[in-house]
Amino acid sequence: MSATDKPLLSVRELKKHFPIKGGILGRTQAMVQAVDGVSFDVRAGETLGIVGESGCGKSTTAKLLIGLVDRDEGDIDLDGKSLGRDISLRALRRDIQMVFQDSYASLNPRMTILDSIAFGARVQGLDDPVGRARRLMARVGLDPDRFAGRYPHELSGGQRQRINIARALVMSPKVVVLDEAVSALDKSVEAQVLNLLSDLRAEFGLTYIFISHDLNVVRYISDRILVMYLGEVVELAPVDMIWAEQAHPYTRSLFSAMPSMDPDNRTQKPPLTGDPPNPIDPPPGCRFHTRCAFAADVCKTRHPALGPMVAGSPHWVACHLHDPASGHPRAGQGVPA
Amino acid sequence: MTPLLQIDNLDVRFKGARTVHAINDLSLTLMPGETLALLGESGSGKSVTLKTLLRLLKEKRTDLSGDIRFDGTDIMTLSGRALRSYRGGDVSMVFQDPGLALDPVYTVGQQIAETVMRHKGLSRENAMDVALDMLQRVRIPSPKRRLANYPHELSGGMRQRVMIALALACRPRLLLADEPTTALDATVQIQILLLLRELQREFGMGVIFVTHDIGVAVEISERIAVMYAGQIVEEGTTHEVIRNPRHPYTQGLLAANLHDVARGARLDAIPGAPPSLEVRPDSCSFAPRCPMALPACRQALPPVLTPGPRRRVACLRAGETLAAE
Repeated sequence: MSATDKPLLSVRELKKHFPIKGGILGRTQAMVQAVDGVSFDVRAGETLGIVGESGCGKSTTAKLLIGLVDRDEGDIDLDGKSLGRDISLRALRRDIQMVFQDSYASLNPRMTILDSIAFGARVQGLDDPVGRARRLMARVGLDPDRFAGRYPHELSGGQRQRINIARALVMSPKVVVLDEAVSALDKSVEAQVLNLLSDLRAEFGLTYIFISHDLNVVRYISDRILVMYLGEVVELAPVDMIWAEQAHPYTRSLFSAMPSMDPDNRTQKPPLTGDPPNPIDPPPGCRFHTRCAFAADVCKTRHPALGPMVAGSPHWVACHLHDPASGHPRAGQGVPA
Repeated sequence: MTPLLQIDNLDVRFKGARTVHAINDLSLTLMPGETLALLGESGSGKSVTLKTLLRLLKEKRTDLSGDIRFDGTDIMTLSGRALRSYRGGDVSMVFQDPGLALDPVYTVGQQIAETVMRHKGLSRENAMDVALDMLQRVRIPSPKRRLANYPHELSGGMRQRVMIALALACRPRLLLADEPTTALDATVQIQILLLLRELQREFGMGVIFVTHDIGVAVEISERIAVMYAGQIVEEGTTHEVIRNPRHPYTQGLLAANLHDVARGARLDAIPGAPPSLEVRPDSCSFAPRCPMALPACRQALPPVLTPGPRRRVACLRAGETLAAE
């Protein structure tokens, strides 16, 4: 492995189960398996898109990465240094920053936006926090002379999200986690912010982890896509490969659920029935087997491992259909058309 | 054929600490059994239009003018019993958040039955049969058991199905849908869209479907009206609007949809933000953001061109592109 291939961020077997307490004694009744054994690498300068439906654990994964939620198990390595062993959370946060979906809730309403942006730099003891903040405001397209003294409620949603991006960049981080960062914006404003994110990535050499439910947005901005279902990774591949072939039946359903843009060729049949199941007590074996059209007996009992579709391929999938030795009657034939 | 719904020169203005000209000179016709998508961004007036149609806006804080006729009946002057039978009887609505729109202390069966009892005068027992039938029609698994469920016991997709069952229980001739799939997951959204399409065909009702998502509009509607700053800037069949958008705003929205944009290519984003609507627009509201704007666009309201039957574009320059063809 050459030096440039070494991952900037490496996540191994990340696990987070939330207890559900109830009853008079407040005892734990069940566990929500929000994130259950998630592993992936992100190379420097790369953008990894994470997609999945509500409850699949994509936001919990994001929060685990920057330590907003404590992990139960697993390793997070940044630049070869392990969080908790080699570097502290405080040091990690200088290198990994996050932008949230709700631009208003993520800003302190009593702080001017200049103070909000400068706050992190001040806390981390960086020099000239105000100067940094003003330069970044100008860079995200908000004139510091006009906007520095304003409060979050005086700005539009698009402007506030620009402020949140500036705030994330004030520490000169290596990685920015964008959790549905453009989802609440109107389409025309979303396009402006996506352009800004692309520019900033090139200018500052940033690495993004881009979480969204909108496949078109993820395709546009990402180099690789990671698909999650009920707390697990089911597929991981470069964008072009996954766009050409969705190897996991769930990924395929997710892609065919996208509304058609062709009035002459509208969707005729929903790819799945029912809602995604609850991550409390997920099904045994393959978690998708309860909704999968190709489920066989082996899917109900044996958990498929995530691995390359063919040896050495960057296209990874966790499905018995792709494993010739799995015992699935159609094993090795791939997903039927 | 008389239109099912005819809106002429509707103005809606909210009064209060701040005046907002939410709807400005809006006219729209819907024929019986037609499905129209009202497409626009937040603040464009699409939800206000729906609420006006049901007369849900607070009269004290709203100035309304213009004319709305439902099947020939003047809606603006309805009151008392006539208004109550119109709401939920002839016209009903599905809201974005079924969790908020359903009553948490009644079972879904009771809620559907109550509507049927009020509007159709059925006994409780017969109304419950109708409720059961409706739950079957919206394809809720084990409907009999579900009748006795409270809204919080159902998933988001199930709740939206109940909401649709409730709205359709009295067989309205017009269904208003306000972003009913926006809060749902992708795989659930497409199920609800296809269900609505099927029920529309089955019941033959007219539908006005408010959405900000072009893909959703394509899936559900045969006609699209694009709204901007409280006005309709473009209208036509879904095919016409998607394949041959005439208004620069519609063109910008389609470009911003990312559907077939090359990865990493620069997006043709519409610059700026929509106007605040504190004053009534007296020139083209889109001109400050428009790449094609002429000085004349900032001086007077744009002319409304009608390149075909029931096709219109409110743009000064739409004529040029038409002439060039």
